[in-house]
Amino acid sequence: MNNGWNDFEIGAMLRSFDGAVNDVATTLQEDRPYSKSNSFTASVADWRIEKPIFNKDYCIDCQFCWIYCPDISIISRDKKMVGVDYDHCKGCGICVEVCPTNPKSLLMFAEQEDEDKALAGWPEKEKKEN
Amino acid sequence: MADKMELRDVEVWDGNMAASQALRQVQIDVVAAYPITPSTPIVENYGNYLANGYIDGEFVMVESEHAAMSGCIGAAAAGGRVATATSSQGFALMVETLYQASGMRLPIILNVVNRALAAPLNVNGDHSDMYLGRDSGWIQFDAYNPQHAYDLNFIAFRVAEDHEIRLPAMVHQDGFLTSHTAQGVKTMDDDTAYNFVGEFKPMNDMLDLDHPVTHGVQTEEDWHFEHKARQHNDLMTKVFPKIEAAFDAFEKMTGRRYNIVETYKTEDADAVVVCMGTSVETAYEVADELRADGKKVGVIGIRVVRPWPHAQIAEALKGIKAIGALDRSSPNGTFGMLYNELAGTVVNSGEVKVLTNYVYGLGGRDLTKVHLREIYAELLANAEAGKPTTPLQQLIGVRGPKISFH
Repeated sequence: MNNGWNDFEIGAMLRSFDGAVNDVATTLQEDRPYSKSNSFTASVADWRIEKPIFNKDYCIDCQFCWIYCPDISIISRDKKMVGVDYDHCKGCGICVEVCPTNPKSLLMFAEQEDEDKALAGWPEKEKKEN
Repeated sequence: MADKMELRDVEVWDGNMAASQALRQVQIDVVAAYPITPSTPIVENYGNYLANGYIDGEFVMVESEHAAMSGCIGAAAAGGRVATATSSQGFALMVETLYQASGMRLPIILNVVNRALAAPLNVNGDHSDMYLGRDSGWIQFDAYNPQHAYDLNFIAFRVAEDHEIRLPAMVHQDGFLTSHTAQGVKTMDDDTAYNFVGEFKPMNDMLDLDHPVTHGVQTEEDWHFEHKARQHNDLMTKVFPKIEAAFDAFEKMTGRRYNIVETYKTEDADAVVVCMGTSVETAYEVADELRADGKKVGVIGIRVVRPWPHAQIAEALKGIKAIGALDRSSPNGTFGMLYNELAGTVVNSGEVKVLTNYVYGLGGRDLTKVHLREIYAELLANAEAGKPTTPLQQLIGVRGPKISFH
């Protein structure tokens, strides 16, 4: 980061990347040359009170959570769900809301909850009431 | 490529026409504007030039002055040469966005045709809107007549777009007195005028997709101060040399000389008035007449309002005994801006001077030669006495019993 007022570039502006970027759309996030001032390099994990935990067993890779996530915090590779980016997830719960499986493959747990414990106690399939 | 317009060496233009011709000649990419009296003809003329093929750029019609300046900011951040025009209430509506433009360091040119601020409603000129924008981080040039309005636009573009400056600039002219009064204006042909400003070179533009940037970021207490410090530093240290250089280059090209502080017969003067806009030229005439009577009086015209030319004014005021600061804006509860700024300059110049504040010409009220003679008479009496012989603040030309304070 810059040290003093005289080290700033002119204008209240930030560069997203270090150097030129070709074809951002097809480059994976981890391969992009994000600059230090890009918000991708900052963690906002401490904004969160609840976190979504991902259960692979029930996931059908429908990508609903990926497309609905407002913070691009659902990690998906080759159209397969991989997990949650906990550096940028703010715990809004939208992914859980849109998850269509039964039981849901994403559920909100308290921030301090242990992941293994959460997965072990995953709820059973709900029976439809007729 | 846009058509060239054939201009005579001297055209009879009012200030608005002069400003719009200057905007045409620098070939602006985007003008986003909302009409307001008395600056309406600037964008109206500009629209005509566009419709008739004399301009290549875009003209964006918006629903308010706030949107006009917002559009200009967007276009400038995208990487275009941008300008617009406004007055009074429209300027007031723009103020919120003026700070965005200067903070984002976007070289937008704003032609402000000075007009009083309501209430009561008034379309005529005073400097209330100029004063309103004085802390917005813009460079402010002041034109005294249509010729200046034309010339200063080119200088404003050249200074503002310099990559070391990158700050927006206003060119002020007096509503109706300058904007609607036609005079002979010496012109430049389209190529000469364009070449003085040169091709626009964008910096950190948003349309440079290979180098994406975020403009106008949120900084909070972490970095806000540093950004403002940088902007303040650049205004205080870098702008004057660039303006000086632009004035020099302009003189070389056209023979017309501008100075950051316009001094008139001040070398051996006992008393001067300091003023802006059309009043400066009236004061020149009165000074001439008083000089013919053997009175040692002069005039100081402020050409650059922001950044405040502290050192140049201190230099111009050397040896002068009594100063009248002529403010054309309602001070509404304090001394006028010009008085306050001059007071700071005078105190730090180390020479004790008698400084008096005259408030005049609000809402288009005329400042006549008779008024100026009265002011000079008071100032000369102050100079002789070495102290104020009259109250420090007086309202000139207002009906009813004389109003003065302190």
